[in-house]
Amino acid sequence: MRVELKRAIYAENDAQASEIHEGLRARSIFTVNVLGSPGAGKTSLITRLAERLGADAPLAVIEGDVASDIDTRALRALGIDAYQIETGGDCHLNAPMIKAILSRMKMDDGSWLFIENIGNLICPAEFVIGEDLKIVVASVAEGSDKPYKYPAAFARSAAVVLTKPDLAEAVGFDEGFFRSGLASVAPKAPIFPLNGKTGEGAEPLAAWLREARHSA
Amino acid sequence: MHEASAAEALVKMVSAEAQARNAARVSRILLVVGESTGYMRESLEFYFAASAKGGLAEGALLDIRYVKPLVRCPSCGLEFERKRFTFDCPVCGEQGIMTSIGGEFYVDSIEIEESA
Repeated sequence: MRVELKRAIYAENDAQASEIHEGLRARSIFTVNVLGSPGAGKTSLITRLAERLGADAPLAVIEGDVASDIDTRALRALGIDAYQIETGGDCHLNAPMIKAILSRMKMDDGSWLFIENIGNLICPAEFVIGEDLKIVVASVAEGSDKPYKYPAAFARSAAVVLTKPDLAEAVGFDEGFFRSGLASVAPKAPIFPLNGKTGEGAEPLAAWLREARHSA
Repeated sequence: MHEASAAEALVKMVSAEAQARNAARVSRILLVVGESTGYMRESLEFYFAASAKGGLAEGALLDIRYVKPLVRCPSCGLEFERKRFTFDCPVCGEQGIMTSIGGEFYVDSIEIEESA
């Protein structure tokens, strides 16, 4: 017997993600899912944003890693309220992982919540985990062809952060080619250059996030 | 790795469906995969076989239909398959925009064998 299903593989994940999102929204928590390759500068970005957005409202971070809690310890050392998910091999975060960690987090209503996904441009794009929006971090050192090679990660992100701009010349980054690829896969996503080392460029991104939160 | 959790979710979904219908087993699964998701056939098959072992979906034929991503030209409206590293329209040369076609990842249908 043939049974028509037409059902998304991650239907169960998506349903849980919707529940998580509703729960967070009810507490006026605004959630950002941060994607990017290993070493793109996701943790530095979150640190820079915490310096700015943390002044408006409480801010918490969920750190996803395959192994280790190096980033979580680094964030805590800066006084940022950070929680660790160690996936033990899984290459992305999913809604059940977020649900589990939220149940043991003490977050104030009205917080910012940043979720640093596993360093990977492939499967994190496929999963909603309760976020209001995704942003993707790409460093110039990864090359200018990333929007062409990993269209889904860019297409599903509301904004693109281009990190390590001071290395552009050294690595031969072709910004025109990068922007042209983005114009096809994510025509609406603004691009924010950010130097994670100095914090230069973080303010426009923080302002954009405040606006996104305001209009959510 | 990417395909492992996908295969696991797939097995869980079709097994639950088969169980709810009191089926003896799942004999065939039609899976639709857009190529921009990056799920590879060989890996899906490998992890599917491993996940299905011992359950209602064991031995089911996994029929995977790939969907080519389509780009739409904002100028002439043509929908086309892109070449590597370009999104330009093959007819008028205008830069195209990705559509949602090619992002599919769903079970279209299954075939189940009813219990005797």
